[in-house]
Amino acid sequence: MTGKFRSIRNKASSAAFIVLLLAVWQAVSSAGLIPKFMLPSPVDVIFAFAGDFGELMSNAGTTLSEAFIGLGIAVALAFALAFLMDRFDFLYRALYPVLIISQTVPPVAIAPLLVLWMGYGISPKITLVVIVCFFPVAVGLLDGYRAADTDTLNLLRAMGATKVQIFRFLKFPSSLGRFFSGLRIAVSYSVVGAVIAEWLGGYSGLGVYMTHVKKSFAFDKMFAVIFLVSVLSLVLMRVVSLAERLAMPYKRTGKNVK
Amino acid sequence: MEKLSTEKVCKSFGDKKVLDDISVRLEGGELVCLLGLSGAGKTTLFNIISGIMEPDGGRVLLNGEDITGRAGKISYMQQKDLLMPYRTILDNVCLPLILKGEKKRRAREEAGEYFKEFGIDGTQKLYPNELSGGMRQRAALLRTYLFSHEVALLDEPFSALDAITKSSIHGWYLGVMRKINLSTLFITHDVDEAILLSDRIYLLAGSPGTITAEITVGAEKPRGEEFTLSSEFLEYKRRILGLLKK
Repeated sequence: MTGKFRSIRNKASSAAFIVLLLAVWQAVSSAGLIPKFMLPSPVDVIFAFAGDFGELMSNAGTTLSEAFIGLGIAVALAFALAFLMDRFDFLYRALYPVLIISQTVPPVAIAPLLVLWMGYGISPKITLVVIVCFFPVAVGLLDGYRAADTDTLNLLRAMGATKVQIFRFLKFPSSLGRFFSGLRIAVSYSVVGAVIAEWLGGYSGLGVYMTHVKKSFAFDKMFAVIFLVSVLSLVLMRVVSLAERLAMPYKRTGKNVK
Repeated sequence: MEKLSTEKVCKSFGDKKVLDDISVRLEGGELVCLLGLSGAGKTTLFNIISGIMEPDGGRVLLNGEDITGRAGKISYMQQKDLLMPYRTILDNVCLPLILKGEKKRRAREEAGEYFKEFGIDGTQKLYPNELSGGMRQRAALLRTYLFSHEVALLDEPFSALDAITKSSIHGWYLGVMRKINLSTLFITHDVDEAILLSDRIYLLAGSPGTITAEITVGAEKPRGEEFTLSSEFLEYKRRILGLLKK
């Protein structure tokens, strides 16, 4: 009871803070403290959003499909590699440091190369999304496999479980929590990754739209698309949380008994 | 009939010898305790019997068959119930059957038949975190039983429970054990528990651990709580404590 109440109160306070921020922004803009063409007011942004709604949605469609395809490939690759790395220790030792090092290369720096290699089509975007999404998911799975309870592992071995059975009944289910944490990061990366790749050239997508409105100094549209990108990320993260609840029903039980 | 025995088992880790010349036997329907202080190599012996660790010398026999270093023959139960938090009690309990290749539905049916007997009826669809410690241990015991109907290996299974739960689960265990005709090898450091439950007690002591004494507890079963206050009980206790101090 109290937990629920606290959660509602927390949500209410963060909502109130956002409303306050918007109000201050609107006031600053209406009072003319900052020139309108540089910082459009929230109301201007809403109008820009409504005015360009059709175009925004069709561009969002392109970006989202790039993000989903890339995310799908990244998750599949992460599962395959994490499985192999867990199964063969030499692979784990050989590849884990490489995985970590690969993360120090900023995606923004790779994106131009990908465009040079693959052109303006959809493939460099998907490739960049795969690159940015693969790591959090793979590391989540790997750490999850490694964190499986040793005593339970020994019990399964004593019961004569094969390696595949140990994977299926212990390691994989034990890794779900970390997998979903990784996936939640990956979905937000996927949208941002697709947008970054689109900046560097393409035919449609929110990143392409951004470069167009930037060139025409349409700041209101610029803000509209920025909000759209973050709303999309938030919605996707929410979807992952819902999937997590469905996949891990036992997380919601046992609050009353200890 | 002899169910389980070890013959001259020894084990070292590096230069340190932890077990020396351990020979114990367990007859059908018997409850035998290995009573030892911490560090006497109880858990090592336990790992060797369950087959997940190879001894340096000696053999482990189950029904006369040499099972030394072979996992998948004897299951065990520990202080930690080791129920998987992400499986319902029913799915946890029927796991050994599934590992043996049974279909999920069949395994669930078979496991379901025992829930009443083990006093956990109604918990089938719950997750482990919804059960009390005593109930979880019962479920863990049912899982052990479903793995093998003959021999149960218990490593301090009740030592994490509070005194009252422990005392009631002792009575329950002796009852259920007789009903399903289980033979039990029980490892504990609790002298009272050993005397209350056992037909025989092996004392495991020293470094490296060796069997220093074998005591037959002749008191009639079932033994109720009043037995723990009887002079017979205290006599056993005095003798064992004396032997352990040597």
